[in-house]
Amino acid sequence: MSDEILVKVENVRKHFPIKQGILFKREVARVHAVDGVDLEVRRGETLGIVGESGCGKSTLARCITGLHSITDGRILFEGKDIGRAPDKAFRRDVQMIFQDPYGSLNPRRRVGSIIADPFDIHGTATGAERKKRVQELMELVGLNPEHYNRFPAEFSGGQRQRIGVARALALKPKLIVCDEPVSALDVSIQAQVINLLKDLQDELGLTYIFIAHDLSVVRYVSDRVAVMYLGKVGEAAEGEELYARPRHPYTNALLSAASVADPDRAERRERIILTGDVPSPIKPPSGCRFHTRCPKAQEICATAEPPLTVAAGDTAGHLTACHFPVELGERLAEAHAAIQQESTEPTLGVTE
Amino acid sequence: MSLSELAADAVPADVEPTGRQIQGRSPFRLALSRLLHDKMAVISVIVLFLIVLFAVLAPLFASITHHPYGAQYPDTARDSWGLPKGPSGDFWLGADPLGRDVLVRAAYGARISLGVGIAATILSTILGVIIGVLAGFVGGLVDTVLARFMDVVLSFPYLLVAIVIATTFKPHSTWLSVLITIGVIAFFSFAAMARIVRGQVISLKEKEFIEAARSLGASRMRIMFVDIVPNLVAPVTVLGSLLVPTAIVFEATLSFLGVGIQPPMPSWGSMLNDADYRSSLWLLFVPGGLLLLTTLAFNLLGDGIRDAFDPRSERLITRK
Repeated sequence: MSDEILVKVENVRKHFPIKQGILFKREVARVHAVDGVDLEVRRGETLGIVGESGCGKSTLARCITGLHSITDGRILFEGKDIGRAPDKAFRRDVQMIFQDPYGSLNPRRRVGSIIADPFDIHGTATGAERKKRVQELMELVGLNPEHYNRFPAEFSGGQRQRIGVARALALKPKLIVCDEPVSALDVSIQAQVINLLKDLQDELGLTYIFIAHDLSVVRYVSDRVAVMYLGKVGEAAEGEELYARPRHPYTNALLSAASVADPDRAERRERIILTGDVPSPIKPPSGCRFHTRCPKAQEICATAEPPLTVAAGDTAGHLTACHFPVELGERLAEAHAAIQQESTEPTLGVTE
Repeated sequence: MSLSELAADAVPADVEPTGRQIQGRSPFRLALSRLLHDKMAVISVIVLFLIVLFAVLAPLFASITHHPYGAQYPDTARDSWGLPKGPSGDFWLGADPLGRDVLVRAAYGARISLGVGIAATILSTILGVIIGVLAGFVGGLVDTVLARFMDVVLSFPYLLVAIVIATTFKPHSTWLSVLITIGVIAFFSFAAMARIVRGQVISLKEKEFIEAARSLGASRMRIMFVDIVPNLVAPVTVLGSLLVPTAIVFEATLSFLGVGIQPPMPSWGSMLNDADYRSSLWLLFVPGGLLLLTTLAFNLLGDGIRDAFDPRSERLITRK
């Protein structure tokens, strides 16, 4: 890993218009899927992005790969703005691995032709050379190259995901965006695919943006982790730092929801159960997005949006967007009780 | 380190070094083998083959019976009252009121009915696929306009409009009447095809493999022809096979009403029109029976094709 920044995401917004009308559709509202995200990805590292369903992680991934044109902001790849229509060089350098290994492979095409798609589109290999390189790729990801002529339906979920990985590797990309690459797979297969991705990273010097909602998977693969909530980054830090000293109340709640292998530790730790649902991204809450469900929320949280900065006492790489960052060892239930004495509206249920 | 060196390191244990080509079976071939295990579909294919043979061999029937196409035998084929005679050694399937051989006319009529039915189906399929793909793939205003157009066509009282069109363009030659009939049928059938294709394209467009192609930088044309159109083969084949009997019945309806195929050209529909059912039942049963047999066979074959292409089909599991 170097300090060179490969991807820089600056204040990126992606809003989806909701249109109504029979003949002439007019915009009646917009979904704020990604709403002002700043991120940096360094060459050779893995940036994990976690968050619950609907927080905008997949939309962000599609913005970075140029599948969605962004509403506002800039995305710089190797210092160059990718703009509205990414060029062929960008398409070669940035690849994507998709969540659904059943949906991401055309069922009517043979595996060899699917993996050769990048060669055909970019005209980099033809004829016997093309076939040889496809078979090399199949071996590289642990598939039998003899299965070149088979159809996707003849493979298992894990094998299909390997086909997706082979396709992503074909053009020797610099960045691979993995959009929940293992969440559709069996747990036993998940480990195989994740280890394959890690080995390939070591061997080929790849940079990953790894999106998942499984915290332990993200912890295992990521050098740095960003936590998203309702289209914004709540906290970003080195992986171990984030898991050891989470500062944002949402990160604390997420981590407390992850299962712990050690029953003694599981007994002792605080379990934070958030009440209510994620607010609608059509009308996101004012101020801090999390204030409607936050145990530490006070008046300022509803009015002023906290910037993503280094909180007091943190190292330089640890960014938190919170007015009242959680201290190490602080019990959120007590903080909540203290606030509860002042206000009467219950926002959270806490069990210990 | 190059990819090939890496690949050499990463050879998995299950590679068979036999060099044997493993050829996957395409979804189309799987469907075909499933279809061949469907008894009703196979019987339908045989029946249709016989009917096609009947149409192709029409001149043979004419020469065997010594009753050339179009020839009238007002004296020998009709009784003293001037009514057509029933089936006999000379007129195997009887004669019609003008004294023509019904067998010969039915065979030549099969050519028209099948030809018009299939031609109209092909035309409406081509129209439907082009318009459906255009509407679904381009989207936006193009889609809105085309989709509304389909709705308008589907909401027409088609028979009424067909009668108006056919009578307005009163054809001067019988071959022109064939072309107009094909055109009218295609115009009223394409919308069903276009709607299904449009729906398929819209759902395919959101699939991740389309996103994968886009993220690789594939052009819109490539996505359309490499990724989307091949996935339309199954639904289009199924619907196309079910459109044929509809088109044949449509043609028969128009001809029966006298606005389709113009005399003296025979078609099963116009033969039904000629029939005087009170005295000559064979005039009803010969063309009617052929019509029933053909549409039934096409419908059963269409059902079979649909089941064969359906991955949830029972036959997939019970295949021998």
